[in-house]
Amino acid sequence: MSTTAPARERGDARRTAPARRPASRQPGLLRVGLARTVFEVRGFARERDAVVFVFLYPVILLAIFATVFGRDEEVLPGSGVMFPQYFLPGMVATGVMLSSFQALAVAVAVERDDGTLKRLRATPLPATGYFLGKTGQVLVTSGLQTAVLLAVAALVFDVPLPDDAGRWWTFAWVALLGTATGAVCGVAFSSLPRSGRSVTAVVTPVVLVLQFISGVFFRFDELPGWMQQVAALFPLKWLAQGMRSVFLPDGATSLEPSGSWQHGATALVLAAWLVAGLVVGVRTFRWRRRDDG
Amino acid sequence: MTTTTGGPAVEVRDLRKQYGDKRAVDGLDLRVEPGEIVAVLGPNGAGKTTTVEILEGFRRAGSGHVRVLGEDPATAGRAWRSRLGVVLQSTDDLAEATVRELVHHFATFYPAPRDPEGVIDAVGLRERAGVRVRGLSGGQRRRLDVALGVVGDPELLFLDEPTTGFDPEARLEFWGLVERLREDGTTILLTTHYLDEAERLADRLVVVASGRVVAEGTPADLGGRAARRARVRWRADGTEHEEVTDTPTAVVTRLAARYGEVPGLQVLRPTLEDVYLDLIGTARTAASDAVPADLTEVAR
Repeated sequence: MSTTAPARERGDARRTAPARRPASRQPGLLRVGLARTVFEVRGFARERDAVVFVFLYPVILLAIFATVFGRDEEVLPGSGVMFPQYFLPGMVATGVMLSSFQALAVAVAVERDDGTLKRLRATPLPATGYFLGKTGQVLVTSGLQTAVLLAVAALVFDVPLPDDAGRWWTFAWVALLGTATGAVCGVAFSSLPRSGRSVTAVVTPVVLVLQFISGVFFRFDELPGWMQQVAALFPLKWLAQGMRSVFLPDGATSLEPSGSWQHGATALVLAAWLVAGLVVGVRTFRWRRRDDG
Repeated sequence: MTTTTGGPAVEVRDLRKQYGDKRAVDGLDLRVEPGEIVAVLGPNGAGKTTTVEILEGFRRAGSGHVRVLGEDPATAGRAWRSRLGVVLQSTDDLAEATVRELVHHFATFYPAPRDPEGVIDAVGLRERAGVRVRGLSGGQRRRLDVALGVVGDPELLFLDEPTTGFDPEARLEFWGLVERLREDGTTILLTTHYLDEAERLADRLVVVASGRVVAEGTPADLGGRAARRARVRWRADGTEHEEVTDTPTAVVTRLAARYGEVPGLQVLRPTLEDVYLDLIGTARTAASDAVPADLTEVAR
Protein backbone atom coordinates (compact mmCIF):
# COMPACT_ATOMS: atom_id res chain seq x y z
CA MET A 1 0.00 0.00 0.00
CA SER A 2 1.52 3.29 -1.04
CA THR A 3 2.16 5.71 1.79
CA THR A 4 2.19 9.14 0.24
CA ALA A 5 1.44 9.75 -3.37
CA PRO A 6 3.21 12.87 -4.57
CA ALA A 7 0.90 15.78 -3.95
CA ARG A 8 0.00 17.87 -6.92
CA GLU A 9 1.93 21.05 -7.55
CA ARG A 10 0.56 23.19 -4.82
CA GLY A 11 0.81 23.91 -1.18
CA ASP A 12 4.59 23.98 -1.36
CA ALA A 13 4.72 27.36 0.30
CA ARG A 14 3.15 25.76 3.35
CA ARG A 15 5.57 22.89 3.38
CA THR A 16 8.72 24.94 3.12
CA ALA A 17 7.52 27.29 5.84
CA PRO A 18 6.30 24.94 8.54
CA ALA A 19 6.09 27.32 11.50
CA ARG A 20 4.01 29.87 9.68
CA ARG A 21 2.49 31.39 12.79
CA PRO A 22 4.71 31.00 15.78
CA ALA A 23 2.69 30.92 18.97
CA SER A 24 0.14 33.66 18.36
CA ARG A 25 -1.63 34.71 21.53
CA GLN A 26 -5.11 33.38 22.13
CA PRO A 27 -7.77 36.09 22.46
CA GLY A 28 -8.38 37.10 26.08
CA LEU A 29 -11.30 35.60 27.98
CA LEU A 30 -12.84 38.99 28.66
CA ARG A 31 -12.82 39.91 24.98
CA VAL A 32 -14.32 36.58 23.97
CA GLY A 33 -16.92 36.83 26.75
CA LEU A 34 -17.90 40.29 25.57
CA ALA A 35 -18.11 39.18 21.92
CA ARG A 36 -20.30 36.25 22.98
CA THR A 37 -22.52 38.55 25.08
CA VAL A 38 -23.11 40.90 22.16
CA PHE A 39 -23.82 37.93 19.89
CA GLU A 40 -26.20 36.30 22.41
CA VAL A 41 -28.10 39.51 23.19
CA ARG A 42 -28.56 40.18 19.49
CA GLY A 43 -29.77 36.62 18.93
CA PHE A 44 -32.18 36.91 21.85
CA ALA A 45 -33.54 40.25 20.66
CA ARG A 46 -34.32 38.70 17.27
CA GLU A 47 -36.59 36.04 18.71
CA ARG A 48 -39.39 38.53 18.95
CA ASP A 49 -42.00 36.18 20.40
CA ALA A 50 -39.65 35.20 23.23
CA VAL A 51 -38.76 38.83 23.91
CA VAL A 52 -42.40 39.85 24.16
CA PHE A 53 -43.25 37.06 26.57
CA VAL A 54 -40.18 37.36 28.75
CA PHE A 55 -40.65 41.12 29.09
CA LEU A 56 -44.42 41.20 29.31
CA TYR A 57 -45.16 38.11 31.40
CA PRO A 58 -44.35 39.63 34.81
CA VAL A 59 -46.01 42.92 33.82
CA ILE A 60 -49.19 41.16 32.70
CA LEU A 61 -49.24 39.04 35.85
CA LEU A 62 -48.84 42.13 37.99
CA ALA A 63 -51.71 43.81 36.14
CA ILE A 64 -53.96 40.77 36.57
CA PHE A 65 -53.26 40.35 40.27
CA ALA A 66 -53.56 44.03 40.97
CA THR A 67 -56.92 44.07 39.20
CA VAL A 68 -58.27 40.87 40.77
CA PHE A 69 -57.33 41.78 44.34
CA GLY A 70 -58.03 45.49 43.89
CA ARG A 71 -55.33 48.04 43.37
CA ASP A 72 -56.64 50.20 46.20
CA GLU A 73 -57.12 47.35 48.68
CA GLU A 74 -54.82 46.97 51.61
CA VAL A 75 -53.19 43.57 52.08
CA LEU A 76 -53.74 43.86 55.83
CA PRO A 77 -56.09 46.57 57.13
CA GLY A 78 -54.00 49.40 58.54
CA SER A 79 -50.71 48.21 57.01
CA GLY A 80 -50.78 50.78 54.22
CA VAL A 81 -49.52 48.10 51.80
CA MET A 82 -51.71 47.81 48.69
CA PHE A 83 -52.00 44.63 46.67
CA PRO A 84 -49.95 45.87 43.68
CA GLN A 85 -47.14 46.74 46.04
CA TYR A 86 -47.35 43.37 47.76
CA PHE A 87 -47.23 41.44 44.47
CA LEU A 88 -44.48 43.50 42.81
CA PRO A 89 -41.62 41.73 44.66
CA GLY A 90 -43.00 38.34 43.63
CA MET A 91 -43.18 39.46 40.01
CA VAL A 92 -39.63 40.79 40.12
CA ALA A 93 -38.51 37.45 41.53
CA THR A 94 -40.45 35.44 38.99
CA GLY A 95 -39.10 37.62 36.19
CA VAL A 96 -35.54 36.99 37.34
CA MET A 97 -36.20 33.25 37.45
CA LEU A 98 -37.74 33.22 33.98
CA SER A 99 -34.99 35.17 32.30
CA SER A 100 -32.22 33.25 34.05
CA PHE A 101 -33.32 29.71 34.91
CA GLN A 102 -36.01 29.05 32.32
CA ALA A 103 -34.35 30.98 29.49
CA LEU A 104 -31.01 29.21 29.92
CA ALA A 105 -32.43 25.74 30.51
CA VAL A 106 -34.29 26.08 27.22
CA ALA A 107 -31.56 27.86 25.25
CA VAL A 108 -28.75 25.49 26.19
CA ALA A 109 -30.88 22.38 25.59
CA VAL A 110 -31.93 23.70 22.18
CA GLU A 111 -28.37 24.66 21.27
CA ARG A 112 -27.16 21.24 22.28
CA ASP A 113 -29.87 19.68 20.13
CA ASP A 114 -29.41 21.76 16.99
CA GLY A 115 -25.62 21.42 16.90
CA THR A 116 -24.63 24.94 18.00
CA LEU A 117 -22.69 23.59 20.96
CA LYS A 118 -20.87 21.00 18.89
CA ARG A 119 -19.92 23.63 16.34
CA LEU A 120 -18.56 25.89 19.08
CA ARG A 121 -16.71 22.96 20.64
CA ALA A 122 -14.78 22.59 17.39
CA THR A 123 -13.43 26.15 17.72
CA PRO A 124 -10.92 27.47 20.26
CA LEU A 125 -13.76 29.19 22.13
CA PRO A 126 -13.30 28.04 25.74
CA ALA A 127 -16.33 26.78 27.66
CA THR A 128 -15.89 29.69 30.06
CA GLY A 129 -16.26 32.10 27.15
CA TYR A 130 -19.52 30.47 26.15
CA PHE A 131 -20.88 30.73 29.70
CA LEU A 132 -19.67 34.29 30.13
CA GLY A 133 -21.72 35.15 27.03
CA LYS A 134 -24.80 33.43 28.45
CA THR A 135 -24.31 35.18 31.79
CA GLY A 136 -23.92 38.55 30.09
CA GLN A 137 -27.05 37.99 28.04
CA VAL A 138 -29.07 36.97 31.11
CA LEU A 139 -27.84 40.01 33.05
CA VAL A 140 -28.86 42.32 30.21
CA THR A 141 -32.28 40.76 29.70
CA SER A 142 -33.20 40.37 33.36
CA GLY A 143 -31.99 43.90 34.04
CA LEU A 144 -34.12 45.34 31.26
CA GLN A 145 -37.09 43.23 32.23
CA THR A 146 -36.91 44.31 35.86
CA ALA A 147 -36.58 47.94 34.82
CA VAL A 148 -39.72 47.67 32.65
CA LEU A 149 -41.62 46.00 35.48
CA LEU A 150 -40.59 48.62 38.04
CA ALA A 151 -41.47 51.45 35.68
CA VAL A 152 -44.94 50.03 35.00
CA ALA A 153 -45.52 49.36 38.71
CA ALA A 154 -44.54 52.91 39.66
CA LEU A 155 -46.23 54.77 36.82
CA VAL A 156 -49.39 52.70 36.30
CA PHE A 157 -50.06 51.14 39.68
CA ASP A 158 -48.62 53.90 41.88
CA VAL A 159 -46.37 51.48 43.75
CA PRO A 160 -43.94 53.52 45.85
CA LEU A 161 -40.33 52.59 45.02
CA PRO A 162 -37.71 52.71 47.78
CA ASP A 163 -35.78 55.94 48.12
CA ASP A 164 -32.94 54.91 50.38
CA ALA A 165 -29.59 53.45 49.31
CA GLY A 166 -29.79 50.58 51.80
CA ARG A 167 -32.84 49.05 50.11
CA TRP A 168 -31.38 49.45 46.64
CA TRP A 169 -28.24 47.74 47.87
CA THR A 170 -30.40 44.83 49.08
CA PHE A 171 -32.15 44.87 45.71
CA ALA A 172 -28.81 44.74 43.88
CA TRP A 173 -27.34 41.79 45.76
CA VAL A 174 -30.57 39.78 45.83
CA ALA A 175 -31.15 40.37 42.11
CA LEU A 176 -27.55 39.55 41.13
CA LEU A 177 -27.28 36.50 43.35
CA GLY A 178 -30.72 35.32 42.21
CA THR A 179 -29.82 35.79 38.55
CA ALA A 180 -26.51 33.99 38.93
CA THR A 181 -28.15 31.11 40.81
CA GLY A 182 -30.94 30.86 38.26
CA ALA A 183 -28.51 30.92 35.36
CA VAL A 184 -26.24 28.24 36.79
CA CYS A 185 -29.19 26.01 37.73
CA GLY A 186 -30.66 26.55 34.26
CA VAL A 187 -27.48 25.27 32.61
CA ALA A 188 -27.42 22.29 34.98
CA PHE A 189 -31.11 21.61 34.27
CA SER A 190 -30.57 21.74 30.50
CA SER A 191 -29.01 18.26 30.55
CA LEU A 192 -32.17 16.73 32.03
CA PRO A 193 -34.62 16.86 29.09
CA ARG A 194 -33.94 14.19 26.50
CA SER A 195 -34.10 16.64 23.60
CA GLY A 196 -34.49 20.26 22.71
CA ARG A 197 -38.09 19.61 21.75
CA SER A 198 -39.09 18.33 25.17
CA VAL A 199 -37.27 20.97 27.18
CA THR A 200 -40.13 23.48 27.41
CA ALA A 201 -42.48 20.75 28.58
CA VAL A 202 -40.01 19.73 31.28
CA VAL A 203 -39.12 23.24 32.49
CA THR A 204 -42.57 24.85 32.54
CA PRO A 205 -44.13 22.70 35.31
CA VAL A 206 -41.09 23.20 37.52
CA VAL A 207 -41.32 26.95 37.09
CA LEU A 208 -45.10 27.02 37.61
CA VAL A 209 -45.09 24.88 40.75
CA LEU A 210 -42.30 26.96 42.24
CA GLN A 211 -44.27 30.14 41.52
CA PHE A 212 -47.36 28.76 43.27
CA ILE A 213 -45.62 27.57 46.41
CA SER A 214 -43.12 30.43 46.75
CA GLY A 215 -45.51 33.29 47.41
CA VAL A 216 -45.49 34.76 43.91
CA PHE A 217 -49.22 34.35 43.30
CA PHE A 218 -50.50 34.23 46.88
CA ARG A 219 -49.57 35.77 50.17
CA PHE A 220 -46.78 33.53 51.35
CA ASP A 221 -47.92 33.59 55.00
CA GLU A 222 -51.34 32.27 54.02
CA LEU A 223 -49.94 29.11 52.40
CA PRO A 224 -50.10 25.88 54.44
CA GLY A 225 -47.09 25.40 56.68
CA TRP A 226 -45.82 22.29 54.87
CA MET A 227 -45.94 24.16 51.58
CA GLN A 228 -43.91 26.99 53.07
CA GLN A 229 -41.36 24.46 54.24
CA VAL A 230 -41.12 22.79 50.82
CA ALA A 231 -40.80 26.20 49.16
CA ALA A 232 -38.03 27.14 51.59
CA LEU A 233 -35.87 24.40 50.02
CA PHE A 234 -35.87 26.22 46.66
CA PRO A 235 -34.37 29.58 45.67
CA LEU A 236 -37.52 31.30 44.36
CA LYS A 237 -39.10 31.64 47.81
CA TRP A 238 -35.97 33.38 49.10
CA LEU A 239 -35.66 35.53 46.02
CA ALA A 240 -39.27 36.71 46.46
CA GLN A 241 -38.79 37.27 50.17
CA GLY A 242 -35.60 39.26 49.55
CA MET A 243 -37.50 41.42 47.07
CA ARG A 244 -40.33 41.97 49.58
CA SER A 245 -37.71 43.33 51.98
CA VAL A 246 -36.85 45.88 49.29
CA PHE A 247 -40.31 47.00 48.19
CA LEU A 248 -42.44 46.61 51.34
CA PRO A 249 -42.24 48.85 54.41
CA ASP A 250 -40.48 47.47 57.47
CA GLY A 251 -43.84 46.95 59.18
CA ALA A 252 -44.67 44.31 56.57
CA THR A 253 -42.43 41.82 58.37
CA SER A 254 -45.66 41.02 60.20
CA LEU A 255 -46.74 39.31 56.94
CA GLU A 256 -43.69 37.02 57.04
CA PRO A 257 -44.07 33.65 58.77
CA SER A 258 -40.73 34.19 60.48
CA GLY A 259 -41.52 37.77 61.39
CA SER A 260 -38.29 39.03 59.79
CA TRP A 261 -36.68 39.38 56.35
CA GLN A 262 -34.03 36.73 57.03
CA HIS A 263 -31.37 38.27 54.79
CA GLY A 264 -28.70 35.93 56.10
CA ALA A 265 -30.73 32.82 55.30
CA THR A 266 -31.61 34.25 51.86
CA ALA A 267 -27.96 34.77 50.98
CA LEU A 268 -27.09 31.33 52.32
CA VAL A 269 -29.79 29.39 50.43
CA LEU A 270 -29.18 31.23 47.16
CA ALA A 271 -25.42 30.74 47.47
CA ALA A 272 -25.90 27.04 48.28
CA TRP A 273 -27.97 26.59 45.10
CA LEU A 274 -25.38 28.56 43.16
CA VAL A 275 -22.61 26.22 44.28
CA ALA A 276 -24.73 23.09 43.83
CA GLY A 277 -25.80 24.25 40.36
CA LEU A 278 -22.19 24.92 39.41
CA VAL A 279 -20.99 21.51 40.60
CA VAL A 280 -23.82 19.62 38.91
CA GLY A 281 -23.63 21.80 35.80
CA VAL A 282 -19.90 21.27 35.34
CA ARG A 283 -20.22 17.52 35.88
CA THR A 284 -23.22 16.95 33.62
CA PHE A 285 -22.60 19.50 30.89
CA ARG A 286 -22.47 17.93 27.44
CA TRP A 287 -21.47 19.58 24.19
CA ARG A 288 -23.27 16.93 22.21
CA ARG A 289 -26.68 15.30 22.17
CA ARG A 290 -27.21 12.07 24.03
CA ASP A 291 -27.71 10.15 20.78
CA ASP A 292 -24.43 11.53 19.41
CA GLY A 293 -22.10 9.11 21.19
CA MET B 1 2.65 24.97 20.35
CA THR B 2 4.61 24.91 17.10
CA THR B 3 4.68 21.25 16.34
CA THR B 4 4.37 21.29 12.55
CA THR B 5 8.07 21.10 11.88
CA GLY B 6 7.92 18.62 9.05
CA GLY B 7 5.71 15.98 10.70
CA PRO B 8 2.52 14.65 9.15
CA ALA B 9 -0.70 16.63 9.68
CA VAL B 10 -2.51 13.46 10.72
CA GLU B 11 -0.96 10.23 11.91
CA VAL B 12 -3.11 7.30 13.00
CA ARG B 13 -1.83 3.82 13.78
CA ASP B 14 -3.97 0.86 14.74
CA LEU B 15 -6.89 2.97 15.91
CA ARG B 16 -9.69 1.02 17.60
CA LYS B 17 -13.01 2.10 19.03
CA GLN B 18 -15.76 -0.15 20.26
CA TYR B 19 -19.38 0.62 21.18
CA GLY B 20 -20.77 -2.32 23.13
CA ASP B 21 -20.14 -5.32 20.90
CA LYS B 22 -19.78 -3.28 17.75
CA ARG B 23 -16.27 -2.52 16.57
CA ALA B 24 -16.81 0.85 14.90
CA VAL B 25 -13.10 1.31 14.18
CA ASP B 26 -11.01 -1.82 14.04
CA GLY B 27 -7.32 -1.24 13.51
CA LEU B 28 -7.33 1.77 11.21
CA ASP B 29 -4.17 3.41 9.87
CA LEU B 30 -4.11 6.83 8.25
CA ARG B 31 -1.50 9.41 7.38
CA VAL B 32 -2.07 12.84 5.90
CA GLU B 33 0.91 14.95 4.86
CA PRO B 34 0.87 18.76 5.04
CA GLY B 35 -0.66 20.28 1.92
CA GLU B 36 -2.39 17.07 0.92
CA ILE B 37 -6.10 16.53 0.29
CA VAL B 38 -7.14 13.07 1.40
CA ALA B 39 -10.63 11.69 0.90
CA VAL B 40 -11.92 8.97 3.20
CA LEU B 41 -14.52 6.90 1.38
CA GLY B 42 -16.75 4.21 2.68
CA PRO B 43 -20.33 3.07 3.13
CA ASN B 44 -22.47 4.31 6.02
CA GLY B 45 -21.38 2.66 9.24
CA ALA B 46 -17.86 2.00 7.96
CA GLY B 47 -16.36 4.05 10.79
CA LYS B 48 -15.58 7.23 8.85
CA THR B 49 -17.36 9.66 11.12
CA THR B 50 -16.18 7.93 14.30
CA THR B 51 -12.61 8.17 13.07
CA VAL B 52 -12.89 11.80 12.05
CA GLU B 53 -14.56 12.72 15.34
CA ILE B 54 -11.71 11.10 17.24
CA LEU B 55 -9.28 13.18 15.17
CA GLU B 56 -11.30 16.33 15.91
CA GLY B 57 -11.22 15.61 19.64
CA PHE B 58 -14.96 14.94 20.01
CA ARG B 59 -14.54 11.28 20.94
CA ARG B 60 -11.84 9.38 22.70
CA ALA B 61 -9.94 6.66 20.94
CA GLY B 62 -10.41 3.16 22.36
CA SER B 63 -6.77 2.36 21.66
CA GLY B 64 -4.08 3.15 19.13
CA HIS B 65 -1.79 6.03 18.30
CA VAL B 66 -3.41 9.28 17.18
CA ARG B 67 -1.58 12.53 16.43
CA VAL B 68 -3.18 15.52 14.76
CA LEU B 69 -0.81 18.43 14.08
CA GLY B 70 1.57 16.68 16.41
CA GLU B 71 -0.77 16.44 19.38
CA ASP B 72 -3.12 13.90 20.90
CA PRO B 73 -6.65 15.26 20.20
CA ALA B 74 -7.94 13.82 23.50
CA THR B 75 -5.72 16.14 25.53
CA ALA B 76 -4.92 18.99 23.14
CA GLY B 77 -6.03 22.47 24.15
CA ARG B 78 -7.11 25.81 22.75
CA ALA B 79 -3.91 26.52 20.85
CA TRP B 80 -4.32 23.24 18.98
CA ARG B 81 -7.98 23.93 18.21
CA SER B 82 -7.07 27.31 16.77
CA ARG B 83 -4.97 25.53 14.13
CA LEU B 84 -7.85 23.30 13.04
CA GLY B 85 -10.93 23.98 10.96
CA VAL B 86 -13.90 21.67 11.36
CA VAL B 87 -16.89 21.50 9.06
CA LEU B 88 -19.31 19.05 10.64
CA GLN B 89 -22.15 17.25 8.92
CA SER B 90 -24.94 19.67 8.14
CA THR B 91 -26.93 21.13 11.05
CA ASP B 92 -29.81 23.52 11.65
CA ASP B 93 -28.22 25.85 14.13
CA LEU B 94 -27.47 29.60 14.07
CA ALA B 95 -30.72 30.52 12.34
CA GLU B 96 -31.11 34.10 13.57
CA ALA B 97 -27.69 35.58 12.80
CA THR B 98 -26.56 36.93 9.46
CA VAL B 99 -23.68 35.56 7.42
CA ARG B 100 -21.55 38.65 8.07
CA GLU B 101 -22.21 38.63 11.83
CA LEU B 102 -21.32 34.95 12.10
CA VAL B 103 -18.08 35.11 10.15
CA HIS B 104 -16.93 38.18 12.08
CA HIS B 105 -18.02 36.62 15.38
CA PHE B 106 -16.20 33.32 14.82
CA ALA B 107 -13.08 35.24 13.82
CA THR B 108 -12.90 36.63 17.38
CA PHE B 109 -12.25 33.12 18.76
CA TYR B 110 -8.92 32.79 16.94
CA PRO B 111 -5.50 34.28 17.60
CA ALA B 112 -4.71 35.05 13.94
CA PRO B 113 -7.90 34.88 11.87
CA ARG B 114 -8.29 35.63 8.20
CA ASP B 115 -10.03 38.80 7.16
CA PRO B 116 -13.74 37.93 7.60
CA GLU B 117 -14.80 39.98 4.59
CA GLY B 118 -12.23 38.20 2.46
CA VAL B 119 -13.58 34.85 3.65
CA ILE B 120 -17.14 35.88 2.75
CA ASP B 121 -15.90 36.71 -0.74
CA ALA B 122 -13.93 33.48 -0.98
CA VAL B 123 -16.98 31.30 -0.27
CA GLY B 124 -19.11 33.32 -2.67
CA LEU B 125 -21.57 34.70 -0.12
CA ARG B 126 -20.93 38.39 -0.80
CA GLU B 127 -24.45 38.94 -2.10
CA ARG B 128 -25.94 37.10 0.88
CA ALA B 129 -23.74 38.64 3.59
CA GLY B 130 -26.61 40.53 5.22
CA VAL B 131 -29.06 37.62 5.12
CA ARG B 132 -29.98 35.61 8.21
CA VAL B 133 -29.03 31.96 8.09
CA ARG B 134 -32.63 30.75 7.96
CA GLY B 135 -32.93 32.55 4.62
CA LEU B 136 -30.04 30.67 2.97
CA SER B 137 -30.37 27.74 0.58
CA GLY B 138 -28.81 24.40 1.50
CA GLY B 139 -25.76 25.06 -0.66
CA GLN B 140 -25.30 28.55 0.74
CA ARG B 141 -25.56 27.20 4.29
CA ARG B 142 -22.84 24.71 3.54
CA ARG B 143 -20.61 27.45 2.14
CA LEU B 144 -21.21 29.39 5.35
CA ASP B 145 -20.15 26.27 7.29
CA VAL B 146 -16.92 26.28 5.32
CA ALA B 147 -16.47 30.02 5.92
CA LEU B 148 -16.78 29.44 9.68
CA GLY B 149 -14.39 26.48 9.38
CA VAL B 150 -11.65 28.45 7.60
CA VAL B 151 -11.96 31.93 9.15
CA GLY B 152 -9.40 30.94 11.80
CA ASP B 153 -6.90 30.27 8.99
CA PRO B 154 -6.48 26.58 9.85
CA GLU B 155 -3.52 24.45 8.89
CA LEU B 156 -5.79 21.42 8.70
CA LEU B 157 -9.42 21.40 7.63
CA PHE B 158 -11.89 18.57 8.23
CA LEU B 159 -14.81 18.40 5.79
CA ASP B 160 -17.40 15.81 6.82
CA GLU B 161 -19.70 14.92 3.92
CA PRO B 162 -19.75 18.51 2.71
CA THR B 163 -22.08 18.16 -0.27
CA THR B 164 -24.70 15.66 0.89
CA GLY B 165 -28.08 16.74 -0.46
CA PHE B 166 -26.68 19.21 -2.99
CA ASP B 167 -28.01 19.65 -6.50
CA PRO B 168 -25.39 19.17 -9.23
CA GLU B 169 -24.80 22.88 -9.75
CA ALA B 170 -24.32 23.58 -6.06
CA ARG B 171 -21.90 20.66 -5.91
CA LEU B 172 -19.81 22.05 -8.78
CA GLU B 173 -19.64 25.44 -7.07
CA PHE B 174 -18.64 23.82 -3.81
CA TRP B 175 -15.85 21.88 -5.51
CA GLY B 176 -14.56 25.16 -6.90
CA LEU B 177 -14.41 26.49 -3.34
CA VAL B 178 -12.41 23.50 -2.11
CA GLU B 179 -10.05 23.85 -5.07
CA ARG B 180 -9.37 27.45 -4.08
CA LEU B 181 -8.56 26.29 -0.53
CA ARG B 182 -6.16 23.76 -2.05
CA GLU B 183 -4.41 26.59 -3.86
CA ASP B 184 -3.89 28.30 -0.50
CA GLY B 185 -2.12 25.16 0.67
CA THR B 186 -4.69 24.07 3.26
CA THR B 187 -4.39 20.41 4.25
CA ILE B 188 -7.83 18.81 3.96
CA LEU B 189 -9.28 15.57 5.24
CA LEU B 190 -12.55 14.98 3.46
CA THR B 191 -15.11 12.27 4.10
CA THR B 192 -17.66 11.58 1.45
CA HIS B 193 -19.60 8.80 -0.16
CA TYR B 194 -19.57 10.45 -3.54
CA LEU B 195 -16.89 8.89 -5.70
CA ASP B 196 -16.88 11.66 -8.27
CA GLU B 197 -16.28 14.17 -5.49
CA ALA B 198 -13.35 12.20 -4.11
CA GLU B 199 -11.90 11.67 -7.57
CA ARG B 200 -12.17 15.35 -8.41
CA LEU B 201 -10.83 16.83 -5.18
CA ALA B 202 -8.46 14.39 -3.54
CA ASP B 203 -4.79 13.66 -4.06
CA ARG B 204 -5.27 10.37 -2.33
CA LEU B 205 -8.22 8.15 -1.53
CA VAL B 206 -8.58 5.96 1.51
CA VAL B 207 -11.36 3.40 1.39
CA VAL B 208 -12.70 2.34 4.77
CA ALA B 209 -14.98 -0.62 5.37
CA SER B 210 -15.86 -2.38 8.61
CA GLY B 211 -13.66 0.00 10.57
CA ARG B 212 -10.41 -0.50 8.68
CA VAL B 213 -8.65 0.72 5.57
CA VAL B 214 -9.23 -1.71 2.71
CA ALA B 215 -7.46 0.25 -0.02
CA GLU B 216 -5.50 3.41 -0.49
CA GLY B 217 -4.05 5.22 -3.48
CA THR B 218 -4.38 8.06 -5.95
CA PRO B 219 -7.72 8.25 -7.75
CA ALA B 220 -6.06 6.76 -10.84
CA ASP B 221 -4.32 3.90 -9.06
CA LEU B 222 -6.80 2.89 -6.40
CA GLY B 223 -6.98 -0.84 -5.95
CA GLY B 224 -4.60 -1.35 -8.87
CA ARG B 225 -7.27 0.03 -11.16
CA ALA B 226 -4.84 0.89 -13.96
CA ALA B 227 -3.43 -2.61 -13.90
CA ARG B 228 -6.78 -4.34 -13.88
CA ARG B 229 -7.78 -6.36 -16.85
CA ALA B 230 -9.88 -4.73 -19.50
CA ARG B 231 -12.99 -6.16 -21.10
CA VAL B 232 -13.25 -6.06 -24.88
CA ARG B 233 -16.80 -6.36 -26.20
CA TRP B 234 -18.07 -6.67 -29.73
CA ARG B 235 -21.06 -7.96 -31.59
CA ALA B 236 -20.92 -10.81 -34.08
CA ASP B 237 -23.49 -13.18 -35.54
CA GLY B 238 -26.22 -11.32 -33.67
CA THR B 239 -24.77 -11.96 -30.17
CA GLU B 240 -22.55 -10.03 -27.75
CA HIS B 241 -19.03 -11.33 -27.27
CA GLU B 242 -16.73 -10.41 -24.44
CA GLU B 243 -13.11 -11.17 -23.80
CA VAL B 244 -11.29 -10.31 -20.56
CA THR B 245 -7.65 -9.56 -21.26
CA ASP B 246 -4.40 -8.01 -20.08
CA THR B 247 -3.62 -6.96 -23.64
CA PRO B 248 -6.69 -5.26 -25.07
CA THR B 249 -4.74 -3.71 -27.94
CA ALA B 250 -3.70 -7.12 -29.19
CA VAL B 251 -7.28 -8.36 -29.01
CA VAL B 252 -8.57 -5.33 -30.92
CA THR B 253 -5.85 -5.77 -33.57
CA ARG B 254 -6.87 -9.40 -33.97
CA LEU B 255 -10.55 -8.48 -34.23
CA ALA B 256 -9.80 -5.72 -36.73
CA ALA B 257 -7.94 -8.16 -38.91
CA ARG B 258 -10.95 -10.44 -38.85
CA TYR B 259 -13.86 -7.98 -39.20
CA GLY B 260 -12.30 -4.79 -40.56
CA GLU B 261 -14.51 -2.27 -38.75
CA VAL B 262 -15.42 -4.26 -35.60
CA PRO B 263 -19.21 -4.08 -34.98
CA GLY B 264 -20.18 -2.65 -31.55
CA LEU B 265 -16.58 -2.48 -30.31
CA GLN B 266 -16.08 -1.43 -26.69
CA VAL B 267 -12.98 -1.54 -24.50
CA LEU B 268 -13.98 -1.23 -20.87
CA ARG B 269 -11.77 -0.54 -17.90
CA PRO B 270 -13.17 -0.65 -14.39
CA THR B 271 -14.45 2.75 -13.25
CA LEU B 272 -13.62 4.02 -9.81
CA GLU B 273 -17.11 2.98 -8.84
CA ASP B 274 -16.54 -0.60 -10.00
CA VAL B 275 -13.32 -0.73 -8.01
CA TYR B 276 -14.93 0.81 -4.95
CA LEU B 277 -17.93 -1.50 -4.93
CA ASP B 278 -15.60 -4.41 -5.43
CA LEU B 279 -13.45 -3.30 -2.48
CA ILE B 280 -16.23 -2.75 0.01
CA GLY B 281 -18.01 -5.87 -1.22
CA THR B 282 -14.90 -7.94 -0.50
CA ALA B 283 -14.53 -6.34 2.91
CA ARG B 284 -18.11 -7.10 3.78
CA THR B 285 -17.86 -10.72 2.74
CA ALA B 286 -14.66 -11.10 4.73
CA ALA B 287 -16.27 -9.57 7.78
CA SER B 288 -19.30 -11.83 7.64
CA ASP B 289 -17.90 -15.04 6.21
CA ALA B 290 -19.55 -17.12 8.91
CA VAL B 291 -22.97 -16.06 7.66
CA PRO B 292 -24.47 -17.62 4.51
CA ALA B 293 -24.22 -15.28 1.58
CA ASP B 294 -27.94 -15.03 0.91
CA LEU B 295 -28.56 -14.05 4.53
CA THR B 296 -26.09 -11.16 4.40
CA GLU B 297 -27.78 -10.10 1.22
CA VAL B 298 -31.10 -9.88 3.05
CA ALA B 299 -29.57 -8.19 6.07
CA ARG B 300 -28.37 -5.34 3.96
